Amino acid sequence: MTRQKTVLFACGTGIATSTVVAHAVEDAMKERGIRFNSRQCKTTEVAGQIDDVDLVVTTAQLPKDLSKPVITTLAFLTGIGKAEALDKIEAVLRD
Amino acid sequence: MAHALMNYLDPGAIVLGVKAATDQDVIRILADRLQALGYVKPSFADAVLAREATLPTGLPLGGDNNVAVPHTDPEHVLRPGLALATLVEPVSFSNMEYPDEKLQVSVVFLMALNDKDKQIEMLQEIAGTIQSPEIISALIQSKSVEDVSRLLR
Repeated sequence: MTRQKTVLFACGTGIATSTVVAHAVEDAMKERGIRFNSRQCKTTEVAGQIDDVDLVVTTAQLPKDLSKPVITTLAFLTGIGKAEALDKIEAVLRD
Repeated sequence: MAHALMNYLDPGAIVLGVKAATDQDVIRILADRLQALGYVKPSFADAVLAREATLPTGLPLGGDNNVAVPHTDPEHVLRPGLALATLVEPVSFSNMEYPDEKLQVSVVFLMALNDKDKQIEMLQEIAGTIQSPEIISALIQSKSVEDVSRLLR
């Protein structure tokens, strides 16, 4: 069995928006049969937390030079582009 | 998802038909209400404004009616609460995802957050509400707290 991947969810305060996004993604991925470890932080903390992370999902801008895949999306707040965002996340988690 | 935002919205913190020139004006109007009602400390308004300047909270809904969800760190909050403003004329908020892009915002939810479990439900309810263009447009048309309360019950 492959190693369970880790997703870092980031937003401005690291508590409000990222929690909503993390729950939405966890629920949707569970339906697609994918489990992953989930962690949250502020956007300013991402660079220091990225070493063991496979994917960063963020609602706000991050530094450009991160070494891991980053998906920036408001889809889990506004509902717009949700299916596409979930497909992108699934692709990274199944990779 | 039910739109049970009235569970979080204090009727005293619902301000309809606001005439404001800037996003700062709207935030101050709502922050004053939350402070008067005992939800937040006097430092809250400035903290929200400072955060909005660097980490904006405008959310594009794909049409003319966009929404903003300003908030700040828990240390400025006494208890969780929610304030709502609808605007006569939209004001500019920066886009959360692309801060250089300005959004014309007609509905503002100012969140006082300090409880991780309660605030996620509050924000989930807001997300559920703003994903319905019908509700947002009815909210903008609302003339009284009773109208809002019927809509978001």
